[in-house]
Amino acid sequence: MAIEDDVLVVGGGLAGATAALAAVERDVRVRLVSHKQSTLRHASGLIDVLGYTPAGEGPLSDPFPALADLPEGHPYERVGAEAVRDALAFFDGIAGDAYAGAHTDANALVPTHGGTVKPTARYPAATAAGLASDDRDALLVGFGTLPDFEAPLAAAHLEGAGVPFAARGVTVRFPGIERDDAKVTRYAHLLDRDERVETAAGESTARTALAETVRPHLEGESRVGFPAVLGDDRADAVRADLADRLGVDVFEVPMGPPSLPGLRLEDLLFDALSDAGVRVTTGVPVVDYETGAHGAGSSGPARIDRVTVDRNGSEVPHSADQYVLATGGLVGKGVESDRERVSEPVFDCHVPHPADRYDWFVDDVFGDQPYARFGLPVDRDLRPLDADDALEFANLRAAGAVLGGHDFAAEKSGSGVSLATGYVAGRRAAEGCR
Amino acid sequence: MSDAERPTDDSGDEFEPIEVFPEAGETDLRPGADDCYKCSTCDTECPVAEVDDEFPGPKFQGPEQWRLKRQDDHDIDESVMKCSNCMRCDSACPSDVPLSQMHNTARAEYVEENVSKFSREYWRNRMLANYRRLAPLGAMFPRTANFVTGLSATRWLGEKLLGIAGERELPEFATETFREWWTKRGGARVENSDKRIAYFHGCYSNYNTPEVAKALVRVYEHFGYEIMVPEQDCSGTPMFANGMLEDARRAAETNVRELAAAIDDGADVVASCSSCSMSLRQEYPELFDFEDTEAVAENTWDAVEYLRVHEDLETELEGTAVGEEFDDFAYHAPCHARNQGLDGQTVELLGLIDGVEAHDVGDSCSGISGTYGWKAENYETSMAIGAEMFDHMDDADATAGLTECPTCSMQMEHGTGYEITHTLEVLAAALVGDGADATGANATGARAE
Repeated sequence: MAIEDDVLVVGGGLAGATAALAAVERDVRVRLVSHKQSTLRHASGLIDVLGYTPAGEGPLSDPFPALADLPEGHPYERVGAEAVRDALAFFDGIAGDAYAGAHTDANALVPTHGGTVKPTARYPAATAAGLASDDRDALLVGFGTLPDFEAPLAAAHLEGAGVPFAARGVTVRFPGIERDDAKVTRYAHLLDRDERVETAAGESTARTALAETVRPHLEGESRVGFPAVLGDDRADAVRADLADRLGVDVFEVPMGPPSLPGLRLEDLLFDALSDAGVRVTTGVPVVDYETGAHGAGSSGPARIDRVTVDRNGSEVPHSADQYVLATGGLVGKGVESDRERVSEPVFDCHVPHPADRYDWFVDDVFGDQPYARFGLPVDRDLRPLDADDALEFANLRAAGAVLGGHDFAAEKSGSGVSLATGYVAGRRAAEGCR
Repeated sequence: MSDAERPTDDSGDEFEPIEVFPEAGETDLRPGADDCYKCSTCDTECPVAEVDDEFPGPKFQGPEQWRLKRQDDHDIDESVMKCSNCMRCDSACPSDVPLSQMHNTARAEYVEENVSKFSREYWRNRMLANYRRLAPLGAMFPRTANFVTGLSATRWLGEKLLGIAGERELPEFATETFREWWTKRGGARVENSDKRIAYFHGCYSNYNTPEVAKALVRVYEHFGYEIMVPEQDCSGTPMFANGMLEDARRAAETNVRELAAAIDDGADVVASCSSCSMSLRQEYPELFDFEDTEAVAENTWDAVEYLRVHEDLETELEGTAVGEEFDDFAYHAPCHARNQGLDGQTVELLGLIDGVEAHDVGDSCSGISGTYGWKAENYETSMAIGAEMFDHMDDADATAGLTECPTCSMQMEHGTGYEITHTLEVLAAALVGDGADATGANATGARAE
């Protein structure tokens, strides 16, 4: 007996979750299988559509006009600009008040922990008071035990980038944390639970102690930015509490990995999956597949009949009518490479790449790296294509970073591609169910 | 990466690897250290690091500590004993670093080299880890044992003498163990050479909650299975967590031998406790190399999952109902079930039964982690980790709890006062209980495909 569903989504990141949510809207039975924690934990939590063109022009003030000029094969070109808008609207419906930016097509400019400014289409509510287009002066507060955010340096970088406000940075001690190697989840937990902490002035609660630590450093700024560790489950309450005590707006600056805004986005998506009735199986990989009858005649593409999920050694068959592959790119391990070739490990779909390993990269680290675009070629229905441009399978679609033809890190298009292609793949999969 | 993709060295040319490390013959953990690219995803999943700054997290305990050890003058850091062996880091790591294996190995080395065999900690941990050795004494005089362990004086002494958390109530012993019941009943009531399972009941459902084991028997006989109950020892889970690898090895040797013999007789192994199935499936092959270790791992299943794959459990459950004995549940998926891809299973299946609903209380760890939360020095940490689960249980639309792990159930009860049930008990009530259609027995013996 296989475990049966109508649509099976492989992958639990932004693309996979979006695909599952888009499919389940159409009243079919959907299951999402994911192996390891997704790269959302490495992600800023921002939802970018397009910050720079593939030629490097930017930052773009409005991503939408640029979508029409993208090269053939780019994921956005495959699904079309309208699908990008639909997917953003779909995301807005899921995220509700947790995200902002839906009021305009224009990119927002969000200061990062390095003091750079990133163009993005949607940003967490926690970041809203920190936008670089806002002309209110800002105090940035860093913690000595959290060297990933050097507040004075970030402030200097921001001013150097020409932001329309004065930025100042200070470094303070985080009350309740002594050690240099405390995890970001520890900071968040202290504030979430408002634990008792020891301060120089005696015992206090974590939020009060943090506000009192920052207060003497305020010099009239009306907003204060912290590294993005202000709570996890109760982040809104933590921020409101700090703002209340300090009498200023409080915002978070997105950090590098591991990233709490990415974790919160993951929680938001998985709560939505649970509410929508998507069946979720985590912690186990899909390791194999079987094909059934071919489609039209014997010349058509094969249909995937079932996949094998490896559960600590036991092989559990899962079958579905339609499949979505959303396993991520090189970092998420949806695309793998060894010394011989670049491959897609689940269905062994074709990944175009030069035969010679030395042509996969260029010497300039920040140059135009060929490997950054490695991934699956797909038709306009997001179905993977083989080396002869024929369909790999009749009932498989791919979404997110597993797709080739775009360099999401350079373009600042990662979340947008995952959303748009996840949305289209999920909806088409549900429509394709027999 | 699956086993199927692991590159094998089958090239014909003569390749002589260079011996870099002295410990050839031991498990080589170097690939684990090399595969770690420091993304720190494991650290965000660690329930201990979230409540205790003194714990440096799984990335340090595994790959980084392994590297430090290359320098001869470094001992294993004592903080490894703060790891609760929940194994959440395993299913976090995008690079398949065998974190829990590295932790288990490091912990065993720490206990071997740095813990005095004359210390209170050592004997307390040994006693907790070897519950299987003490339980028979309690089971001999269950009422006396329950009376004595329930006394506040006993708990006070336990804390003072041994360092066992005085806040906790020791689990009650059943007046009749599962194995006693099984023998009295005359063993299996269904004979079927085509459908056999060997039941690994573990310690807890034998000595403390035989109702769970009996529920498994009723459910499996309903589906026409011949049940074998082989000789068995503890799965080893509490021993790994206490760095007592030699004790675990002895127990594993018995289990692998007996279960492999049952597999030879045509049985598949099923376990009702998620830590037992985890141990047989993952930790045995990682830590031991007895003959048949792999065969046992590959043929071991979670008891509910097995029926889902080998029978049409969903169709069988549709239209069943349970009566007044069960109401809605606050369901907690144990970490060790989560790591086996079983997190959604119970909620999905209970949704098919009329009159009962399971509300998932989220993906936090219960915090007790077997013997971990029983130690006086970990009690506070254990309850801090559990706080999120307690909150969600309070918020859930239910006043009873449901889980598949014995110690998670103790923690759930301890934190909320709810009565806790095992999923198999609900399935038994639906399939063969008062609310079930008794004529629906699928005793044809044909294996559904």
